[in-house]
Amino acid sequence: MEQLYYSLLVVVLGVSACIFYFIASNWLLVMIFPVGRGSNEQVAKNIRTAAAIRPWIFLGPALFFLGLYLVYPVFDSIALSLYDRNGETFVGLANYQWLFQDNEFRQSLLNNLLWLLIVPAMSTFFGLIIAALTDRIGWGNIAKSLIFMPMAISFIGASIIWKFVYDYRAEGSDQIGVLNAVVEYFGGSPQAWVTVPFWNNIFLMVILIWIQTGFAMVILSAALRGISEETVEAAVLDGANGLQIFFKILIPQIWGTIAVVWTTITILVLKVFDIVLAMTNGQWSTQVLANMMFDWMFRGGGDFGRGAAIAVIIMFAVLPVMVWNIKQANTQMEGR
Amino acid sequence: MANKTAMPGKQSGKVISGLNKLRRSPLIILVHLSVLLLVILWTFPTAGLLISSFRDKEQLAISGWWTALASSEQNLITRTAPPNQQQLIDGVYLLEGTIEDIEKTDGILRFGWTSREPEAYQAGTTAEMGNDGTLMVDSSGNYQMTSVDPFTGSRGKRIFYTALTPPAFSLDNYIEVLGSEGIGQSFLNSLTVTIPATIIPILIAAYAAYALSWMKLPGRSLLIAMVVGLLVVPLQMSLIPLLQLYNVIGNFFGVSAKTYLGIWLAHTGFGLPLAIYLLRNYISGLPKEIIESARVDGATDFDIFMKIILPLSFPALASFAIFQFLWVWNDLLVATVFLGNGESELVLTGRLRELLGSRGGNWEILTASAFISIAVPLTVFFTLQRYLVRGLLTGSVK
Repeated sequence: MEQLYYSLLVVVLGVSACIFYFIASNWLLVMIFPVGRGSNEQVAKNIRTAAAIRPWIFLGPALFFLGLYLVYPVFDSIALSLYDRNGETFVGLANYQWLFQDNEFRQSLLNNLLWLLIVPAMSTFFGLIIAALTDRIGWGNIAKSLIFMPMAISFIGASIIWKFVYDYRAEGSDQIGVLNAVVEYFGGSPQAWVTVPFWNNIFLMVILIWIQTGFAMVILSAALRGISEETVEAAVLDGANGLQIFFKILIPQIWGTIAVVWTTITILVLKVFDIVLAMTNGQWSTQVLANMMFDWMFRGGGDFGRGAAIAVIIMFAVLPVMVWNIKQANTQMEGR
Repeated sequence: MANKTAMPGKQSGKVISGLNKLRRSPLIILVHLSVLLLVILWTFPTAGLLISSFRDKEQLAISGWWTALASSEQNLITRTAPPNQQQLIDGVYLLEGTIEDIEKTDGILRFGWTSREPEAYQAGTTAEMGNDGTLMVDSSGNYQMTSVDPFTGSRGKRIFYTALTPPAFSLDNYIEVLGSEGIGQSFLNSLTVTIPATIIPILIAAYAAYALSWMKLPGRSLLIAMVVGLLVVPLQMSLIPLLQLYNVIGNFFGVSAKTYLGIWLAHTGFGLPLAIYLLRNYISGLPKEIIESARVDGATDFDIFMKIILPLSFPALASFAIFQFLWVWNDLLVATVFLGNGESELVLTGRLRELLGSRGGNWEILTASAFISIAVPLTVFFTLQRYLVRGLLTGSVK
C-alpha cells in the first residue's frame, strides 16, 4: 500500500516538475531577452530571438525522451548487432550469418510470414463484415461493443482465456475445453491443439485475430459511415443489389482506410511476443521473431549481440510501413 | 458508443437510410442471426473464464463450464462406521449408517467397493463382495455392509460412490488468489506502475504538440515526420541498449538497475510518439481565430497553452490517457525487462505468466487471477469507450 502513495506522490512531483520547467524556462527567456526596455531595435531583436527559442523549450522534454528512449536505441541496437554477446568484441556480420543458418530463426521467419499473411487479413475481413452488418440493425452498438471488448484485455490474459478454450483431457474423460468438447460432440477425437505442428500456429493466431477484429471494425465502421449518400442512392436507382453495393460502391471508397487498418495490424503482429510466450514459448515449431529476441536477451545470461540482430531484422520488416506512414502523413499535412 | 462519435456532424448514418431498401428485405433476419453468431463467438471465451472463476474447483477440474448450472457427477470415497460399531444379527456382522457428506449432494447414482470398479453397481442394488460379504448403498446415502466374519481393524471400510453434486459457486477462488497466490500484491504493483506512467507523458506531449501545431519552427514538418516514424519503431530495438544504460546508471549510483523510476520513464518515452501524434492532430485542428485573437490581446504562448489549449484539448488528452493506461496495465515486455521479479515489484501480467508456468493445470487459480487482471481494463473500457473510439479514429493515419 505504501508504494501506491509513493507512486501518487511521484505523479504530483512529476507534474509539478513539468509545470515548473515551463514556467522557469519561460521566465529565464524573458530575463535574458527583455522586451520592456532598451531601444526599439533591441526590443524587436529580443522578441525575434525569444520567439525562435521558445518552441524548443516547449519541445525540449519530449525531444529528450524520444531521443533517449527511441532514437538512440535504434542506432545502438544496430551497432550492438555487430558485436559479441557482451557487446565488447566487434564480430562484423557474424551474428547475422549465424542467424540465417539457425533452424529456429528460419522457423521463426516462416511463422512470422504466416502471421503476417493471416492475422491482418482475417482481422480486417471480420472487422469489415461486422462493421457492415451491425450498421443495419438496432442493437448494432451493443454487438460492436462486445466484439470490441477483447481490445482491452492483455495478451497474456487473452492467452489464458484461449488456453482454457484449447484445454485437452485424455479421450474418455470429460473435456473442460470448449474446442475439444465440440470436437467430441461431432464425433472427433480430442487433441492437444497447441502441440499439433503447423496448425498450432493458426490456433495462436486466432487469439490475435480475436483481439484485433474490434479495432478493424471500429475504424472501418466510421469509414463506411463517411461515404457520401449520393453514390449509394445512385447505385440503388440503377438497380444494384446489396452485395453489388457493398463490393462495387462501398469497398472501393474505403480502400485507404482498409490499408491503414491492415498496416497497423501488420506492425502489431511483428511486435507481439506475449501470446507465443504464454501459449507454447516457441515449442512445437511456433517460434516467432519477437519471442526469439526476448529469449536471446536472457538465455544463458543474455546474448546481446544476437538479440540485437533479431531486433534489427524486426525493424527491417517494419521499415516499409514506416516509410508509407510518413508519406501519408506528409500528404495529409500539405492538405491543411 | 462507436456510432455516435464516428465522423461527428457529417452524414452519420445517412448511407444506411439510403439502404432502406435492404433494411426491409427478408435478408435482415439473416443479418440479425449472423451478428448474433459473431457476438456469441467473440464473447464465449471470456464468458468461460468468468463463469469458471466462480465455480467450485473440484467441479471446474472435471466438467465443462457450460455445464456449470447442471448437477455434475462426482466420484467420491468415504468410509463406513468403524468396526467397533458392528452388530451381530442372525449370525451376520453388519455395519450400517449414512454417508457423511450426503447433504451436499443431490443423491447417489452408483457405488462400488473396490478402487478397480468404483461405480460398478447402481444405487439401491446389493453388491457381492469377496469372502461372502455384501454392500448395499441406496440413493439417499444409507448403506449396509455385511460379512460372515467379524470386521477388524480400527477404521471403517471404504465405499466408492458416484454422487450427483449440485452446482456450487463461490468467491473462494478469488479469496485464494488474492492472498496466497500474491495477486493482491501484484495488483498494487500494477497500479504503482500505471498511474505515473499514464499521467506524466500527457503534459510533456501536450507542450510538444502545441509547439508543433502553432509555433513558428524551422524543420517542423521534419519533426512531425520523425514522430510518425517513431510510432512504429518496434520496442524490441530499445530493450537491449536501455537495459545496458540502466545497468550502467544503476552501478554508478550503487542501486538496482530495475526500479519503478526506471519503468515510469521508459513508459513515458515509449508512449510519447502516440501522445504527440494524437494531441497534435487534435490541437492543430482547433480554430485558428481563438488562438490568434488571444495573441493579439497580448497573451504569451505559455498563457495560450495553459488557458486555452489544455482545457479545449480535454477529449484528446482523455483518449491518450486511456490508451496509455490500457497499454501500460497490459504490458508484459517492458515490465519484465525493466522491473524486477521481487514480491513488491512483480506486476499482474508478470504474475500471470509465472502462474501459467507453476500452476498450469490449476484452472481455478488461473481463471480467477486472469479475471482480476482484466477487470480493471474492462471497466475502463466500458465506461470510457467513447474517448477510446475517438482516439482510435484520429490515431490511425487516414
